[in-house]
Amino acid sequence: MNIIVCVKQIPDPETPAASFKVDEAAKKVIPAQGIAPVVNPFDPQATEAALRLKDATGGGKVTVISLGADSARDAIKHALAMGADEGVLLSDPSFDGIDNFQTAVALSKAIEKVGEYDLILAGRSAADWDMGVVPAGLGQLLGIPVVTIAKAIESDGSSVKVERVLDDGFQSVEAPLPAVVSVSNEFGEPRYPQLRQIMLAAKKTVQVWSAADLGLGADETGEPNRWLPLEALYVPKVESNVEIIEGDTPEEKAHNLALKLRAAKLI
Amino acid sequence: MPGILVIAEPNEGGIAPVSFELIAAARQLSSEGAGNVTALIAGSEAEAQQLIAHGADAAIAATNPALKTGLGEAYLPAVQAAIESSGADIVLMGQTSLGRDLGPALAFANKTAVAMDCVALAIAGGRLRATRSAYGGNARAEVTWKAPLQVATVKAKSFDALEADSARSGSVSTSDAGADPKVKVLGVSKAESTGVRLEDAPVVVSGGRGLGDPSAFGMLEELTGLLHGATGASRAACDLGWYPPSQQVGLTGKTVSPDLYIAVAISGASQHMAGMAGSKNIVAINKDADANMVKVSKFAVVDDYKKVVPALIEEIKKLG
Ligand SMILES: Cc1cc2nc3c(=O)[nH]c(=O)nc-3n(C[C@H](O)[C@H](O)[C@H](O)COP(=O)(O)OP(=O)(O)OC[C@H]3O[C@@H](n4cnc5c(N)ncnc54)[C@H](O)[C@@H]3O)c2cc1C
Ligand SMILES: Nc1ncnc2c1ncn2[C@@H]1O[C@H](COP(=O)(O)O)[C@@H](O)[C@H]1O
Repeated sequence: MNIIVCVKQIPDPETPAASFKVDEAAKKVIPAQGIAPVVNPFDPQATEAALRLKDATGGGKVTVISLGADSARDAIKHALAMGADEGVLLSDPSFDGIDNFQTAVALSKAIEKVGEYDLILAGRSAADWDMGVVPAGLGQLLGIPVVTIAKAIESDGSSVKVERVLDDGFQSVEAPLPAVVSVSNEFGEPRYPQLRQIMLAAKKTVQVWSAADLGLGADETGEPNRWLPLEALYVPKVESNVEIIEGDTPEEKAHNLALKLRAAKLI
Repeated sequence: MPGILVIAEPNEGGIAPVSFELIAAARQLSSEGAGNVTALIAGSEAEAQQLIAHGADAAIAATNPALKTGLGEAYLPAVQAAIESSGADIVLMGQTSLGRDLGPALAFANKTAVAMDCVALAIAGGRLRATRSAYGGNARAEVTWKAPLQVATVKAKSFDALEADSARSGSVSTSDAGADPKVKVLGVSKAESTGVRLEDAPVVVSGGRGLGDPSAFGMLEELTGLLHGATGASRAACDLGWYPPSQQVGLTGKTVSPDLYIAVAISGASQHMAGMAGSKNIVAINKDADANMVKVSKFAVVDDYKKVVPALIEEIKKLG
C-alpha cells in the first residue's frame, strides 16, 4: 500500500506561556529563545499509522511531504528515521505567511505530482494555528473521502476502517480507498527513532519542490492571497490574583480552603 | 440580502446547548447589520420551533436520514441548500465533532475559508471579523475572509444563549436535502455518562498527570459527588489511559465554564486552559507554587494532593 504522510514543523507547543511572544506589527510569533521547533505532535502519530499499515498490507511505500522553511527538513528526517521511505520538501519564498487553505492547495498539487497513492495520512490539526482544516482540504481538492480524528486505522488495501474519536464516545466508519485520514493523539505513542535508523535516514533522499514545480499560479501562493487574511495577532492578557491558602499542615490548608469556598458560597 | 445560517445540533435529550449560543452570536451579528438569522437542525419541526423561540428568524428541520451519521460529508448538501434558500453569507457552527468535520469540508467545497474555534465575532465594514484562539490558546488571531462566504466554528460558552420565548414567531420549513456519504458508519459507542454532564456541571473537579496513579480518580469522584459536579481530566491523564477521552478538558477536549473548577495536579498548560479558562472560580491543588494553574486560580493550595484532597472531602462533609 502506498501512503503519503503530511508532516508540519511548528514552534514547540509546550513553550511556556511566559516565553510565548508575538510581534504584533508583523503579526508573527517570535521564536522563543533556545526552544527548537518540533514536528507537530500528531504527525509522528500519522507516520506511525502509515508504517504499521504498510507492514500489515505487505509492503508499498511511505512518502513524507512537508511544506515549510528549510528547517522543515528536520521534520521529514524524523519521519524517515521512523521508517518512512522518501521525503519531499515544499519550499518557496512565496510560502512565507500563507494560510492553511493555500497550504492545502500546495500539498494537494504535491500529492498529485507524487502520483500513486492509496491513502493520505495527516495529523488532526497543527498546534500552531490550531485549525485542523488541511485534511478536509486535501479530500475536497483531490476528490476523495475524508475521515477525521482517528484513534485506530486498519486496512485490507481496498478500504480503511477507522475508529473516530467523538465528543461523547467513538464512531467506527469505513471508507473506500484512496482516502484521507487525520490522526489524533488517542492513536497512541509513535515509535522513537533509534540511532541506527537516524543514520540510515540521513542517506534517504529528500526532494525539494518549488511553487513553480507544483504549477502554483502567482495568485495561489503568497501572503496577500490568503483565503483567511490575518488582521491582528496578540497575546491575550491573563491577570494573576491568586490567594495561596495558608496552613501548617495539608489538613489545615484543606480546612481553610473549605471555609473560603463556603464563605464565597461556592460549596 | 445577506444573512446568517446557524447549524444547530441535536443531542440525546433534544438540542445541544451550543446551538442556542450560536443563535445568540448570530443575533448579535444581525444587530450589527448581518441580516436575518436562519437556523438548521437535523430534527423535527418541533425542534426547529425551539430554535425560533431562542432567537432565530427562520428555522429549517433537515429530515434526511443521512444527517444522523453526524458526518460533515452527509450534512454538506443540506447546508448548501440552506445557504441557497436563505441567501446566507455567514455560516456558524459549534467547535464540536460535527463542526470540526463539517466546517472545513463546507469551506473547501465553496472555495472559501473557515475560521476554527472563534471566541468573538463582529461585523466590520459589512463583513465578518472573527477572533480565534491559536497557538494552544497562547495567542488570539483576528481574521477576515477573502471569498464572499464566511464560515466559522464557535467555541462553546463564548456566547450566552438567549432565554427561550415561545411568543417569538418565525417561519419553519423542512428540507430533505442530504446525501449518503462515501464514508459508511459501522457503529457508534457512546461514552458512559454517569451523573452530571461535564459541559453542564456547575462544579468540575479535574485530575492531571501529577496524580501519579489512576486510582486517585476515585478520590476525585468522591469529591465531585459531594459537590454534585462532574469529573474531568487533563490530556496527559487521558493519554495514560487513566480517564476516558470524553472527559478530557481543553483545546482538543471539552470546554467547560463551571462556577467552580478544581484542578488537582494539573500544571495549567495553555491547551488545558483553552478548555476551562472561562470558569468563574478556579481552585488549584498543586505541589508546585510556580505552576501556571496556581497563578491563574482564585485560591490555591500548594501541597501534596494525596493529603489535601482526603482532608478536603472530610471538611466538606463536616460543613454539610
Ligand atoms: C495540540 C495539542 C493539544 C492539546 N490539547 C490538550 C487538551 O485538550 N487538554 C489538556 O489537558 N492538554 C492538552 N494538551 C497537552 C498540554 O500541552 C499538556 O501537556 C497537558 O495539559 C499536561 O497535563 P497535566 O497538567 O496533567 O500534566 P503535567 O504538565 O505533567 O503537570 C502535572 C502537575 O501535577 C503537579 N503534581 C505532581 N505531583 C503532585 C502531587 N503529589 N500533588 C499535587 N500536585 C502534584 C505538578 O506540579 C504539575 O504541575 C495538548 C497539547 C497539544 C500539543
Ligand atoms: N505545512 C504543512 N506541511 C505538511 N503537512 C501539513 C502542513 N500543514 C498542515 N499539514 C498537515 O495537516 C494536518 C492538519 O493541519 P492544519 O489543518 O493546518 O491544522 C497536520 O497535522 C499535517 O499533517
